[in-house]
Amino acid sequence: MALHTAARILRQLRHDRRTIALILVVPTLLLTLLRYLYDSQPLLFDRVGLIMLGLFPLVIMFLLTSVAMLRERTSGTLERLLTTPIRKVDILLGYGIAFAVAAAVQAAIVSALAFLLLGLDTLGPPWLVGVIAIGNAVLGMALGLLVSAFANSEFQAVQFMPAVVLPQVLLCGLLAPRDQMAGWMHAISNFLPMTYAVEALQELGVHPDPTTTMWRDLAIIVGCILVALLLGAATLRRRTP
Amino acid sequence: MNNAIEVEHLVVTRGKRRVLHDLSCAIPRGSVTGLLGPSGSGKTTLMRAIVGVQKIVSGTVTVLGHPAGTKPLRDKVGYLTQAPSVYSDLTVQENARYFASLYGEGAANADRAITDVGLAEAKHQLVGNLSGGQQARASLACAILGHPELLVLDEPTVGQDPVLRNELWQRFHDFAKDGTTLLVSSHVMDEASRCDRLLFIRDGELIADDTPSNVRQRTETDNLEQAFLQLIEEKV
Repeated sequence: MALHTAARILRQLRHDRRTIALILVVPTLLLTLLRYLYDSQPLLFDRVGLIMLGLFPLVIMFLLTSVAMLRERTSGTLERLLTTPIRKVDILLGYGIAFAVAAAVQAAIVSALAFLLLGLDTLGPPWLVGVIAIGNAVLGMALGLLVSAFANSEFQAVQFMPAVVLPQVLLCGLLAPRDQMAGWMHAISNFLPMTYAVEALQELGVHPDPTTTMWRDLAIIVGCILVALLLGAATLRRRTP
Repeated sequence: MNNAIEVEHLVVTRGKRRVLHDLSCAIPRGSVTGLLGPSGSGKTTLMRAIVGVQKIVSGTVTVLGHPAGTKPLRDKVGYLTQAPSVYSDLTVQENARYFASLYGEGAANADRAITDVGLAEAKHQLVGNLSGGQQARASLACAILGHPELLVLDEPTVGQDPVLRNELWQRFHDFAKDGTTLLVSSHVMDEASRCDRLLFIRDGELIADDTPSNVRQRTETDNLEQAFLQLIEEKV
């Protein structure tokens, strides 16, 4: 049933060509811009571009899922689903699988462009960059699913992006190294999942082989995904007032 | 168990408003029961309680021998919500096939349900591009999938043209002949005469639970709308 649900969500996406185009074109364009912005500083592009590869899928999947799930709640289809034999976990897994597939396609295309055409260099293997990008996409999906429970309209759902994602971007170590932050900021960043996503990518940038820190970070990302999904499942209430 | 649905002393509040006050009723198996009343009378709330998606304050709702909304019921009860709850960015066929898959049914059954509601011609169209009446029928097709023993239909005929309405009602009676129990709500009184049994509801209270002929006899009128008004006056 999870697979049927995933297939259904991908079919919905397929009917929406413009969204597909945006998913694929926007990150490639932004990355290209970044490449020429740092034209004279290829090392900086290697550092920032790599992290962007992990950031795009997270942000885009967060937005897509929070709006898609909100629609599911407001259109009555979720209520209907909950009267059918499908289990809640199948609904969530369905979303997880569908958006992981979308993210994998996006990550593959954007990474291919970055490594082959834009000359992005990492010491670590590109396929692992892809794995972490997909992990980030699924994390974005899980967070989006969770926050959709707190939004009553698409306006609100979209506002959760800056509210939930931007603080993580500020504190994740991309704009300022984490060890130079004030103690309380550093402490907060310890609790934000994106911190570990960025750290894992940074590790891949400067080490030829996957490090223990990278594996630990990946494990933390997976843990955060599971927690967000469990909390998300708790918000899928069969009985509503 | 001759009753498909047994509701006892059901109390439901939505927000601060008490929607159903100590409502009790029983609905026999294999019949078409009409749930009639003005809008805002509590029809949808009662139906939501029966399919088990409504939080209730007190009382019990037993469906096919199980508490409403519990697991054994989920492949036995089909529910049509008042607003079409199908995916507008999928075609009619894709919608029906998805819901069919949830009941472990194949594409053939999905296509049959689409034909049953008279949408065969439009099955490759996106639901979002259909008229309101067609969208309601697409939603109905998804509710009748899985051969439910109980069909709870919230205003299934609203916005349908008279010919189609007639066909749908015939279809409902065909289902009942095969043993399915149907609970159909409407705020149009001329549909009352098409039901085997009637539940008249007003302000969250049941004012009649009887066959159409008995209602007519009791109120000494042929017109069920008139009968409804008379029953309200008796109550007051």
